[in-house]
Amino acid sequence: MKTKEIQGKMPQVEKTPVTRRLQDKLNYDELSNCMRCGFCLPACPTYRETGREASSPRGRIALMKAAVDGHLQNGKQLEDQLNQCLGCRACEPACPAGVKYGELLEQARDALEDHARHKVWVRVLRRFFFHFLFPHPKRLRWLGRLLIIYQKTGLQWLLRKLGFLKLLPSYLREMEAVMPAAASKGVAEQLGNFIPAQGKKKGTVGLFRGCVMDVLFTETNINTVTLLSEAGFDVVIPPQQTCCGALHAHSGEREMARSLARQNIQAFKQREVDYIVSNAGGCGALLQEYEHLLEDECEAKEARWFSERVKDISELLLDHGPVEKWGTLEARITYQASCHLQNVMQVKEQPRQLLRQIKGATYVELFEADRCCGSAGIYNLTQPEMSARILDEKMKHVRATKADILVTSNPGCLLQMKAGIQRAGLSDHMKAIHVVDLLAEVRQKGESRY
Amino acid sequence: MRRITGEIRAKLIEAAGVSAYFDDEESLLSHSYDATPMLQAMPEAVIYAQSTNQVSAVLKICHQYEIPVYTRGAASNLCGGTVPVHGGVVLVTTRMNRLLEIDEENLTATFETGLTTKALHQAVEAKGLFYPPDPGSMLVSTLGGNIAQCAGGLRGLKYGTTKDYVIGLTAVLPNGEVIHTGGKLMKDVAGYDLTKLLVGSEGTLAVITEATVKLLPKPQATSVMLAYFDDMYAAARTVSKIIAARIIPSTLEFMDHGTILVVEDYAKIGLPTDMKAILLIGQDGHPAVVEEDMEKMRAICMEEAREIKVAKDMREAEELMTARRSALSALARLKPTTILEDATVPRSQIATMVEKIAEIGAKYNVRICTFGHAGDGNLHPTCMTDARDQDEIERVEEAFEEIFAAALELGGTITGEHGVGIVKAPFLEWKVGPAGIEVMKGIKRAFDPKNILNPGKMFAGQTRKRVVINR
Ligand SMILES: Cc1cc2nc3c(=O)[nH]c(=O)nc-3n(C[C@H](O)[C@H](O)[C@H](O)COP(=O)(O)OP(=O)(O)OC[C@H]3O[C@@H](n4cnc5c(N)ncnc54)[C@H](O)[C@@H]3O)c2cc1C
Ligand code: SF4
Ligand code: SF4
Repeated sequence: MKTKEIQGKMPQVEKTPVTRRLQDKLNYDELSNCMRCGFCLPACPTYRETGREASSPRGRIALMKAAVDGHLQNGKQLEDQLNQCLGCRACEPACPAGVKYGELLEQARDALEDHARHKVWVRVLRRFFFHFLFPHPKRLRWLGRLLIIYQKTGLQWLLRKLGFLKLLPSYLREMEAVMPAAASKGVAEQLGNFIPAQGKKKGTVGLFRGCVMDVLFTETNINTVTLLSEAGFDVVIPPQQTCCGALHAHSGEREMARSLARQNIQAFKQREVDYIVSNAGGCGALLQEYEHLLEDECEAKEARWFSERVKDISELLLDHGPVEKWGTLEARITYQASCHLQNVMQVKEQPRQLLRQIKGATYVELFEADRCCGSAGIYNLTQPEMSARILDEKMKHVRATKADILVTSNPGCLLQMKAGIQRAGLSDHMKAIHVVDLLAEVRQKGESRY
Repeated sequence: MRRITGEIRAKLIEAAGVSAYFDDEESLLSHSYDATPMLQAMPEAVIYAQSTNQVSAVLKICHQYEIPVYTRGAASNLCGGTVPVHGGVVLVTTRMNRLLEIDEENLTATFETGLTTKALHQAVEAKGLFYPPDPGSMLVSTLGGNIAQCAGGLRGLKYGTTKDYVIGLTAVLPNGEVIHTGGKLMKDVAGYDLTKLLVGSEGTLAVITEATVKLLPKPQATSVMLAYFDDMYAAARTVSKIIAARIIPSTLEFMDHGTILVVEDYAKIGLPTDMKAILLIGQDGHPAVVEEDMEKMRAICMEEAREIKVAKDMREAEELMTARRSALSALARLKPTTILEDATVPRSQIATMVEKIAEIGAKYNVRICTFGHAGDGNLHPTCMTDARDQDEIERVEEAFEEIFAAALELGGTITGEHGVGIVKAPFLEWKVGPAGIEVMKGIKRAFDPKNILNPGKMFAGQTRKRVVINR
């Protein structure tokens, strides 16, 4: 098979600063591990939408490798392709060679980000969100208060009435419409930093409360704590914890993500917790990957301690939460998986099993429930068009389930599903809810009807 | 070969449509490779085929201007079959993927060739029918690619390979003419059998746009078991005994020790990692027959196997089959570059061949694991290496050369199912002889006098000297 004789001609172009950065940051072994078998193609939503090799995992890896090998002239297209990638990582479980695509994606985005010349407003927004806002829970809370003022004072009503919102791009308009009511107090402000176990104590859980989660979905955090305490866990909410850093890591702000990771590890390390529980698949996945995020640093051991303890709420509830003792709920229920929860944390069956255990309810499996809904962090804001295409496809299948309740396990997906339900004109027939909130409802009401 | 000039480009865009023609850098780069390691070359344009007519229009232009055309399905082939070594156009078929008809009266299916193998399986099985060819890559591979490579699979022993099912084709000749061969007929002897000729033609004779295949009733029952052996020869003897007992199992797959270790590590299905060989044995058909055959085979295995494990249910059976299908890919986890070969020997020679492969691996100090379709003698010696290690790569190449020679010596062939492409081209003459090569070249000239379809494949500039010449 004498390869030297048959090697085809590949252009050898001069390395640009961008390709040199990629060369520094990308793991070449991992790039070479891709054997180009194409097994990942059917799993990839953007490949399905476009049918183009360059928009497939295999294609994206090939483009990254071409950049490093000096075959790629213009980094712009690579960047576009990486922006178009949802980061859903459905390609990873599909890959028999075990290529760590998520890692490559982060490394590439990091390299490109170092070099990016964003438009001024993008730069301002990025700084605002990534550096000023997310890492600072207090500031987020302030923003939450502003949001409450907007929602409660009638300003929202007024702006909606005046048609002012029509000025927003349709996507943002849909999101604005489904935005939940912000809470002025987070979970710890409402319940304190320690909530003891009810009944016989089984262990101690540290709650990862999230940043946006704790402002927009405080109720879900509160329900999480209540269910855990009832299941026999002491719950601690370390006050020093901060944003998980997922959005940072996925947008090429790896340094920032690392520093947030260190802070979180310290916050939980001080407490003797058996588990660190998250109720947002997107956050949980990164928390579990802290070990790898900090692998070449001296904190690596502490990071492992942390990552090993991370669990999704559904795992603990399935093992310890007595769903069978709760009330009944007569409804058709279906479930949309969170990509990172299933592809990275490998939590697939637990939420489904919890739902199946609800008395009186009929569980229907959503066709392609494991396919990304198009929310993907801030993807629905950065790539509204592709996101909407993926969402519309998803809603076709959601409609076919004829379910009353669509359950998700990640706040981003939840918002996306709410927007999808509106978009598809299904608001009168179904609602979307976080699995924890649904379980809390079943537990509390004892009996309920839809 | 000519290049695509501005004028030709304009004509191609007109023929293909703007939404199907790409020549931006990322499209070219992402069509410069297939699943074959260490091969890559840049095309000048990529066209996503939409219909037979469009393919015909594109080929007319390429023929007129002598632009090379490389037909590409999912690019999962392992012989460099779709690498555009002479530039030109890569013609992708994946958008041409409609299932046109399942004819339940004639038991045939007709489809566009960009359809994936798996999609056809699902569609026909939903109707209680069965399309046996099941290459390990069936999740992604296109039926066009299967036909062009004459793909085989795990069920090859009992049911044969792609060539045994294709009965009709629509194909576009290099000059743009469209031909229809065969049809829904089970019998047809009008002239040369062009259908069979195009099956396995590796994209060098025509672009196949539609195909009709025959279907079978879906077997009512399937059963699978694993037999573990402490000794490779014992496993090989068991294969021979099963065949000698006049049983044709639907599956008879083999994994050597190295492969077992890796597959277990990947699939975690509880394979014992201290075994020297495993046979995966399956039967399908009428429940009573399946039971009887499985019982007989179990008895035969018991003579030498250390342990036998029968799958409890369909799910477990499917798990075992999937694990075997992923063998190659699982091996790919070990080292960055995985080179899979495809030597085939008469099944009585399997143990000797596996032993030879191990010896040759040791001689050249390269790591080679072997698995394959024991039932039909089709072995996949697979080498885990690293393309950056030039010294090792050279040893790997020498080792494989010796492996091919050994296969031929045992009465085998240089490829059982993956085809010749670029990778085996230098060895083709070893197998078919100079006269065979001349006939093949004559056929190529008759179809494609200007040599625009998949040039650089099948026929090498130079044949490799045989390392061992005694047959
Ligand atoms: C993990 C793995 C496992 C595999 N297992 C098997 C196996 O068990 N058995 C097996 O036989 N092979 C196997 N293969 C090899 C490969 O998947 C098969 O050869 C498959 O049939 C190729 O299909 P494709 O659509 O990817 O074709 P491609 O790779 O795109 O093309 C293959 C060849 O067919 C030609 N071609 C494609 N479409 C057409 C068309 N419409 N008209 C004319 N020519 C065309 C191309 O020019 C090329 O020469 C495996 C490969 C991998 C990576
Ligand atoms: S499945 Fe894995 S090895 Fe195969 S092409 Fe995709 S990333 Fe590469
Ligand atoms: S992460 Fe999702 S969108 Fe990105 S390549 Fe993988 S499967 Fe495709």
